[in-house]
Amino acid sequence: MIPTTLTPGALLLSLTWGIPTLTIVALALLPAARTRLIRWVSLGSALLNLALVAGLIAAWPAHRPPLGAEVPLAFAARIPWFDQPHITYFVGVDGISLLMMLLAALIAVCGVLVSWRVEARAKEFFIYMQVLLAGVFGCFISFDLFTFFLFNEVTLIPTYLLIGIFGTGRKEYCAMKLNLMLFAGSALVLVGLLGLYYASGLHTFDLYALAKVRFPADFQHWAFPALFLGFGVLGALFPFHTWSPDGHSSAPTAISMFLAGVHMKLGGYGCLRVAMFLLPEGAREWMNVFLVLATINIIYGAFIAVKQTDLKYINAYSSVSHCGLVLFGYAALNFLGVRGAVLQMFSHGLLTALIFAVIGMIYSRTHTRQIGELGGLMTRLPFIGVAFTLAALAGLGLPGLSGFVAELNVFLGAFARTPVLNKVCTVIAILSIVVTAVYLLRTINKVLHGPAQAKDEGLKDADLAERAAIVILLAGVIVMGVWPRAVTALIDGSIEPIVEQLAR
Amino acid sequence: MNLTACLVLAALVFACGVFGMLRNRHIINILISIELMLNAVMINFIAFAHFRAADPTAGSVFVIFIIALTSAEMAVALAVVIALYRQRHPLDVERMKRLHG
Amino acid sequence: MADPATSWAIAHSWLTLALPLAAFLVNGLALGRRAPRAAAAVAVLANFAAAVVALLVARDYFAAAHPAPLLAWSFPWLELPHFAGGLMLGIGCWLDPIAVMMLVLITVISTLVHLYAAGYLRGDPGFGRFFALLPFFAFAMTGLVIAPDLVQLYIFWELVGLASYLLIGFWYTKPAAVEASKKAFIITRFADAFFLIGIVLVATALGTVQFAAVNAPAAGAALAASPVVFGGHSCSLLALAAVLLFAGAWGKSAMFPLHVWLPDAMEGPTPVSSIIHSATMVVAGVYLTARLFPLFAAAGSALFLAETLGAFTALFAAVMACVQTDIKRVLAYSTLSQLGFMMFALGVADPAAPAGYTASMFHVFTHAFFKSMLFLCAGILIHAAHTNDLLGMGGLRRKLPVTHAATLIGCLALAGIWPLSGFFSKDAILASAWTAGRPWIFAVGLATSLLTAFYMARFYLLAFHGASRAAGRDAHAHEDLLMALPVALLAVPSAAAGWFAEKYFAQHMLPPGLHTAEHAAHAPWVPWLALGAAVAGILYAAWRYGRGFIPSAPKNPAVRLAWNRFYVDELWQVFAHWLMFTLVAAPAKWFDSVVIDGSLDASAWVMQKLGAAQRAWQNGLVQRYLAAMLVGLLALWLLGGLAK
Repeated sequence: MIPTTLTPGALLLSLTWGIPTLTIVALALLPAARTRLIRWVSLGSALLNLALVAGLIAAWPAHRPPLGAEVPLAFAARIPWFDQPHITYFVGVDGISLLMMLLAALIAVCGVLVSWRVEARAKEFFIYMQVLLAGVFGCFISFDLFTFFLFNEVTLIPTYLLIGIFGTGRKEYCAMKLNLMLFAGSALVLVGLLGLYYASGLHTFDLYALAKVRFPADFQHWAFPALFLGFGVLGALFPFHTWSPDGHSSAPTAISMFLAGVHMKLGGYGCLRVAMFLLPEGAREWMNVFLVLATINIIYGAFIAVKQTDLKYINAYSSVSHCGLVLFGYAALNFLGVRGAVLQMFSHGLLTALIFAVIGMIYSRTHTRQIGELGGLMTRLPFIGVAFTLAALAGLGLPGLSGFVAELNVFLGAFARTPVLNKVCTVIAILSIVVTAVYLLRTINKVLHGPAQAKDEGLKDADLAERAAIVILLAGVIVMGVWPRAVTALIDGSIEPIVEQLAR
Repeated sequence: MNLTACLVLAALVFACGVFGMLRNRHIINILISIELMLNAVMINFIAFAHFRAADPTAGSVFVIFIIALTSAEMAVALAVVIALYRQRHPLDVERMKRLHG
Repeated sequence: MADPATSWAIAHSWLTLALPLAAFLVNGLALGRRAPRAAAAVAVLANFAAAVVALLVARDYFAAAHPAPLLAWSFPWLELPHFAGGLMLGIGCWLDPIAVMMLVLITVISTLVHLYAAGYLRGDPGFGRFFALLPFFAFAMTGLVIAPDLVQLYIFWELVGLASYLLIGFWYTKPAAVEASKKAFIITRFADAFFLIGIVLVATALGTVQFAAVNAPAAGAALAASPVVFGGHSCSLLALAAVLLFAGAWGKSAMFPLHVWLPDAMEGPTPVSSIIHSATMVVAGVYLTARLFPLFAAAGSALFLAETLGAFTALFAAVMACVQTDIKRVLAYSTLSQLGFMMFALGVADPAAPAGYTASMFHVFTHAFFKSMLFLCAGILIHAAHTNDLLGMGGLRRKLPVTHAATLIGCLALAGIWPLSGFFSKDAILASAWTAGRPWIFAVGLATSLLTAFYMARFYLLAFHGASRAAGRDAHAHEDLLMALPVALLAVPSAAAGWFAEKYFAQHMLPPGLHTAEHAAHAPWVPWLALGAAVAGILYAAWRYGRGFIPSAPKNPAVRLAWNRFYVDELWQVFAHWLMFTLVAAPAKWFDSVVIDGSLDASAWVMQKLGAAQRAWQNGLVQRYLAAMLVGLLALWLLGGLAK
């Protein structure tokens, strides 16, 4: 039985969003001129959160519920909030959410580190960033769909402000576009959630209570696409992906990292946790459609990245392609596919954050992101150059780095499905790695290689904070690539129940 | 003097108010028209209280409330009008567009 | 003599993997920048130690009368639950005769090349970096050859490709090198994508990726039993899987038309060309074909491809080699041609008569020594003449005596002159083609032999004989000890490896599943014919280039065609660029920005206009609201009246 009071475990979980919230209060009280102190407070808070998440992961093996438990969560608590409509503050974690929280905590730390030089309106910047963090963490620990949705919406507000105020380029347009499309997705999700609430007959938003309900087929028929598309917009599902290149490209570095690295993963996470978990029949019915869309995502994003000339756009379209692989993995509807998708979320999160960080560093030095205007940076900025190269290699799925592990799982899972459509789509997806190699190597070659340019004379390589950020992210990428069992041990047990549910 | 006569009077006063409201652009005239409409309402209150109610004081109390409220409202409105006038703004409502979104 | 089961070296064969890796990490993270010379020392020592272990492994492994495959060690890497009943992927070491042979080859040549590079790259700003990357290659290549399963093979296959990419582009400020590295990576990656599809296919169909299981007859039968029907056509899954797996070999071993990356790869430093692009990495494709030989033999399709592509590439590349003037490109095309030899030898073999298989492996073995040596000699020549151009060399035999002797041995070995190593392996290949009943393949091989002898003699004569055409650039030509020593050491096996290893290869380097080879009927005239062709080629070259030589631009259109490499590069460039950029990427971008984004913006525009239309009502003018209200009331009243 799940406790209905705030147990110590649940308190710790709540602290993951509580710490950012407290930090917001602390930052609000600090005078805006003390940027140094503001940065250190933000860094301290991010590190504290990372330590907390690391502690939770360390405690997971001892606290994980037995296999086949009704609610396969650790540190769970279900505290009543509203009677009518019936809403609870239902928190808990499993391996998947822990992995996502680790990703968020890592990128939060790196995000603060790469923002070390933000001076203009630093106080607001860091406050908005903490709001974003609070929302994301709240999402990952919520198992009541209402609070899940609520935290998800919380993330959108600071996103708008961060892009609109601190962004570059057509920032107002992009901020507006991002928010409007994500709100449209949220609206679809809300429709789906209310449908679940009423159609279940239980009048509850409790995920695991809803999971026991067998929803009627005609309900699943419309509710699944609503939910999957709604979350899919956030996961950059074709053709609702265009907010992501624009939004991520005009955001400031740390926010691009966080949006592409973590925020987008809320979409993939929601697709799995809510849409597929609760509506397995709908998933089976609709999966071919989403399989094709995800395949388009993969190949289409890659081809467009080939034609881009702005570094951030290249990476943003690469993200579209790589996030397509997440949805592609789901479409396999089997263990390996789902596992590959979760691994891909983690891997892509780290990678894209790393690449955005590196692009930000290059931009802050050369003041351009056009690959035609860059060249020979390996000579001037060796540390950044090596980091960029490694990130690109991981992106093109080089074994020994994180991308390969995820891709291998996804491809094996997808190909194992019997229908010819799955096999054809898998073949197309595998062939896309060639296109990925083309655009990544082209970028690397243009930006890093070739003769050093005279105008780049005297550029300084990464400073300590930037190096720390790069090393943290790279370490994640390498550890996952070399020793994937460290990651799969965390998530495998939590994917099991979802896949069982899918087969129901 | 009966109830009908009172109601007819109130209706006429109210119609004057509506007409004044629709016809005038000047803000002072509009305020006067509003005042007329409110007065029509008060006449109704008093009339019903006098001819129909078991306890006539209730109607009088409402009227006193309305008088207090309208005087407060007018005080604020006229203060705004004077402030506008001092800034050499026209007092034509169709041309007051500074606060348009 | 140790028993393989209890051998120290075999139990510790992980050292061959770990030592170069350690050198890579130490040099890459710490020594490379700060202490490049120490980095070089670390790299050489690590490789030397690995070579010692590898030699011990070989001694213990071949001590058995009939060396059987064995799994020396393995570590779990990733498990795949719910996939074919749960599959465990690991990193392990699978030793069989060809794996051990390759292990020795890689570690020994790698050690010598490291030593050579310490001299060759002296003073280069990237010296330390080089000694991080080259051990990384050794590590990756070792992991590739000892792989017990397809996934590990693929992992290291890609890492080897990465090492090749990084080393071709070692001089990353040089645009040609950068382009070449990209080209090499993308073309091999293109082939590898199909290879990966093949692996996924096999893993899904068989539920295993272990070579032992994949090569078992049962696996072939299981695959053959499931036809693939697609669009009205059907073929067996076995044939399809075999072709897909072979695609990996196709790219890595640079078979036509994917050969274009290899000559360009010569932009890398010469030691890299020596070990990666001639002796070891490029034979990985041949190795893969040999590794999966039983499966391929059961399928037929892949071996047919290997045979035809191999033969064609052998001849095609030899023709191009005859007219090249860049010293490294001559060798590169010669490598292509020899890879073709190895490939078609595998193609003509079959499990019952595995002469082609053993001959191919034998040629891998001998070719590695003399070709890596020839490249090292080319490096010394380039240093001496300060040019890559054969037309700018000449008359260097007195200044570079050791190089001269070694090159002579190498050229004759490659030409197939008795009793040097190349003679034996090439003869074995030609004989296998003849006895397998493939006269056309045999004829192509023979013609290629003739061309090979011609262009190698040309190479030798242009570089060392005649008057110097270096215009004084070669005034300071000398042989560095660090560079001459590896060359001299490699000359020994280049000369003698064929003589003593011939019997052993024919009897023990057998495809998996076969323990003894029957002596196939050997046509006794084949060696004589081969030798005759080689001598004819040499004589023609001597007649052409022996007496003073005046370089001139080729006028003959056929020669020009070969000199321009038959325009295959250009075709590739146009085709790939057109396909990728013009045909797909540009329309995709247009679609994204115009159709998808456009429709989005259009819907936003419609919303805005609708809002603007609404605004006329929401104008804040109380009087209009009042009028609207009155009209509304009136309308309601009238409607109410009508309803009654």
